[in-house]
Order: sequence, then structure tokens, then C-alpha cells
Amino acid sequence: MNFKLNHLGKYFQLIRLFWSTAIAAELEYRMNFIFSALTSLGGLAGSLFGLFLFYGQGYHFQGWSWEEALIVVGIFTFLKGFSTAFLAANLNRIVKHVEKGTLDFVLLKPISSQFWLSFHSMSLWGLPDMLFGLFIVLYAGSKLELSWLSYLSGLIPILFGATILYSLWFILGATSIWFTKIYNITEVLKGLMDAGRFPMVAYPVSYQVFFTFIVPVAFLTTVPAEALLGRVNPAWVMGSGGLAIALLWFSNQFWRFALRFYTSASS
Amino acid sequence: MKRLYKIFQTLLSTYYAYMLEYRAELLLWALSGCLPIILMGVWTQAAQGGAFALTSAQFARYFLAIFLCRQLTVVWVIWEFEREIVEGKLAFRLLQPLDPVWHHVWSHIGERFARLPFIAVIIGLFILLYPSAFWIPDAGTSALFILVSICAFALQFLIQYTFAMFAFWTEKASAIQELWFLFHLFLSGSIAPLEVFPPGVRQVVEFLPFPYILHFPASILTGLPVDYLRSFLIMGIWAGIFYAINRYLWRKGLKQFSGMGA
Repeated sequence: MNFKLNHLGKYFQLIRLFWSTAIAAELEYRMNFIFSALTSLGGLAGSLFGLFLFYGQGYHFQGWSWEEALIVVGIFTFLKGFSTAFLAANLNRIVKHVEKGTLDFVLLKPISSQFWLSFHSMSLWGLPDMLFGLFIVLYAGSKLELSWLSYLSGLIPILFGATILYSLWFILGATSIWFTKIYNITEVLKGLMDAGRFPMVAYPVSYQVFFTFIVPVAFLTTVPAEALLGRVNPAWVMGSGGLAIALLWFSNQFWRFALRFYTSASS
Repeated sequence: MKRLYKIFQTLLSTYYAYMLEYRAELLLWALSGCLPIILMGVWTQAAQGGAFALTSAQFARYFLAIFLCRQLTVVWVIWEFEREIVEGKLAFRLLQPLDPVWHHVWSHIGERFARLPFIAVIIGLFILLYPSAFWIPDAGTSALFILVSICAFALQFLIQYTFAMFAFWTEKASAIQELWFLFHLFLSGSIAPLEVFPPGVRQVVEFLPFPYILHFPASILTGLPVDYLRSFLIMGIWAGIFYAINRYLWRKGLKQFSGMGA
């Protein structure tokens, strides 16, 4: 991203314009929004039921009480909403642009193409999940009597988690330059992200290794939850930050590299 | 009859060939259904530490079976149907002397065959991950499993095709399906075997169509106790209900339908 500081204002203004158009377009389908809120509520109820199946029988994940495990579910739900609101609508479109050859129009614009592709749209459909997730975290947090400082220290790794998720999504989206028709590649990512419903200790060691070092799901929900609970090893948060920055940088480099292979519809 | 056989044979081979074109996409679809494999990890781990109705190995088998059943019963007819209505393509299909549903049925079946190699790979992976939990069901069980899976697919297809009928009246019939899918996800036994549900919940769920699409065939394959007579009966009743609604809406919808040139 060729950000220059004096351009920052321009980019913010662009985001505002992009999103207000996107929201206006979606408000045409108000019934759908109610439907998606219902679906989110149902999804949350299901997640809680899934967790209850373990805790209802006296079993608990090692070192995680019911409320503590709820925080993981809350963060998971929030991130799910985040990806619906900000990632899915935008990054799945990369595939469409490549397939139809309209990526040219994006590349010709006088702003960073990664920026354009990443922020062009946003979807209100993700908001219910984000709100419900937040609600669960606050509810469990009040039961555990967390201070505002705890919430604050949870915020940072969540930001890292969101960045990691964005970067992975963008990298996968960028591979469409070669594979063209891969609408479902992000579904795979979504499917793997489902592992974030539970804290990592709930999994056998082989799974833990996979979800930490190969698909870094652990950094999306477990690390932020532990930071929120004030018992994380600072090395994990730093690792999370390092990974976020590295992946963000890599996504940009990867995008530039991929563009070299892009042959548009007319060239 | 002979004409129908010929048509079906042609449709199957056409759609099979068509699906082979999208092998990479199919692989991704199949991979995105990895939730049972993830849950397999959590439950096998939990069974080692807590007192659950199933042992660790039973959980592993159960979730592999669920994975298989999901691959065998996945249906997407509502999205295709919705598109045909919105784009007016149904009009062309209606000109053919064949109920348009058969195109969808055979494309689903063709896709199933294209998926088989991938399923084999996953089973191989399972053997590597849980060698001690691997089992080979006997011939009778396997035959019964295949029969029940076909019934489960038919029921799932019938339900979704019934929701698809609403596309005649609303542009977003798939939203109904998405809400339904949530219940399906949590009540069909795909997040956990019904054996670990609270007994009260289980009793209610067993009268709904959900568990018969995944839990029932998976239980047969893994040797969990099953009440065959009652299960088939409930499955049959739901199939009947949805078939009746489906045909009623189909007739009503056709009158409503005005595609390009129709």
C-alpha cells in the first residue's frame, strides 16, 4: 500500500463514501436484515448449546470455566460478524473482478488497488453477529468481574486477530489471479475458522499444532480471550502482533507479485 | 419407462462430465465441510477426560461417519432454482417434456460421483490420524447405510426444493434455507451425537426431520443403537408432508411465474 501520510485524509474520506453507498444499497433490503439478525441469533444459540453439551455434563476444558469459555464464543461470534461485514463482501469480489476482466478498472484508479479492493464495500449483515458477540463478552466479563483495564488489554490482540484474518483472506483472494474461479476458497478459511469456537486446550495436541502454526486460528480467539482474562503470556501477544504485521506485509507483496501475472481481458 | 431410463442415463453422464470440470472447486467445497473433523478433535479429547455416553474411539468414528453423510447429502438446489427463476431460465426448462426437477436431481447425483475420490482421501487421512479407531463395517451394515443415505439425501433434497418454491414469490428464498440450515446444523447431530444431548431435548429433536439426515445413517454405520422402524416411519411422514406442500406450491407458483417470453 503506497500510503503517504498526507494522503491519509483522502483515504478516510474514500472509506466514508464507499461505505455510505454500500449501506444505502443494502437498506433497500430491510427484510433481509431482520432475517440475518434472526439467523445470527440462532447461530449464537447454537454455539452456546454446543458449549453447553460439554459443560452441562460436568466436563470442562482444562483451565476454562463456563464464563471463561463463553468469552471465547463471544470473540468468535464477533470475528465472524467482522468478516461478514468487512471481508466477505470485498474480498470475494476479487474473484469476480478477475473472472470478468474488470480488475483493469480497479488498477487504473489513482489509489492503491489493495486498498480499493479491501474497503470498497461493507455489509450490514455482519453487524448482528458483532453486537451479539460483544454482548456475550460483556455478559461473561461482568460475571467474572473484569475491570475496564482487562477489556482494554483484550482489545489489542483482537485487533491483531482481525488483521491476521484479513491478511489471510486477502492472500487467498489474490490467488484467484492464477486460479480464476475459486469462490469457495474463502469457505475453506471460514470452515477452519470454526475451530475458534473453543479454546485451544480443548483440542488434541496435533490439532493445536495445526491451528497455531499452520492455520493460526489460536491467535484469533484463544489468545485475545486469555489476554482479556489477564493470564496470557506476553510472548503470545507479541507473537500475535508480529504475525499480524508480517502477514499484512506479505499480503501486500503477494498482491504485487500476483498482479504481474494478471492478463486482463483486453491485453 | 424405457424413455425415462434413457433420459436419466443421459442426464447423469452429462452432469457427471460437467462436474468433473470443476474438480478444484469441488475439492474446496468438500474441504469447507471440515467442521465434523474439527469437532472430532474436541470430542475425542473430551471423552478422555469426562464421562460421556460414547468412548473416544466411538466419537472419532461417529464424526467420520457424519463427515461422510454430509458429503453424501449436501444439497444446493435452492440457489440454482432461485437463479433460474430470477433469470427467467425456467421458461426454457418448462418447454421440455420433462419435469425440471430431474435436471437438479441428476446434477446432484453426478456431483456425488465426482466427489468420491476426495472422500477416499479423507478416509485415508482418518486412518493416519486415528489408526486405533478405524473400523470396517460388515456388508449388511454397509448396504443398509447406503440405502438410508439415499433416503436421507432424498429427504434433504425434498425439503430444500420445497423452500425453493418460494422463489416464485420472493427474490430471496435462500434466506429461508439459511435459517433452516442453522437448525439442521445444531439438531441433526453434526455438532455432537444425539446421545450426549440432554434427554428432554433429544426426545423432541427425534420427532423433527433433522436427525434422520445425518445422525440416523451415521449411527447405523458406527453401530450405535437405532430404532429402525420408528426412524423410517418419521422419515416417511416428513417426506410425505414436504412432498405434498412442494407439489401444491409448484402448481401455484407456475401460475405466478412469468419468465422471459412466458
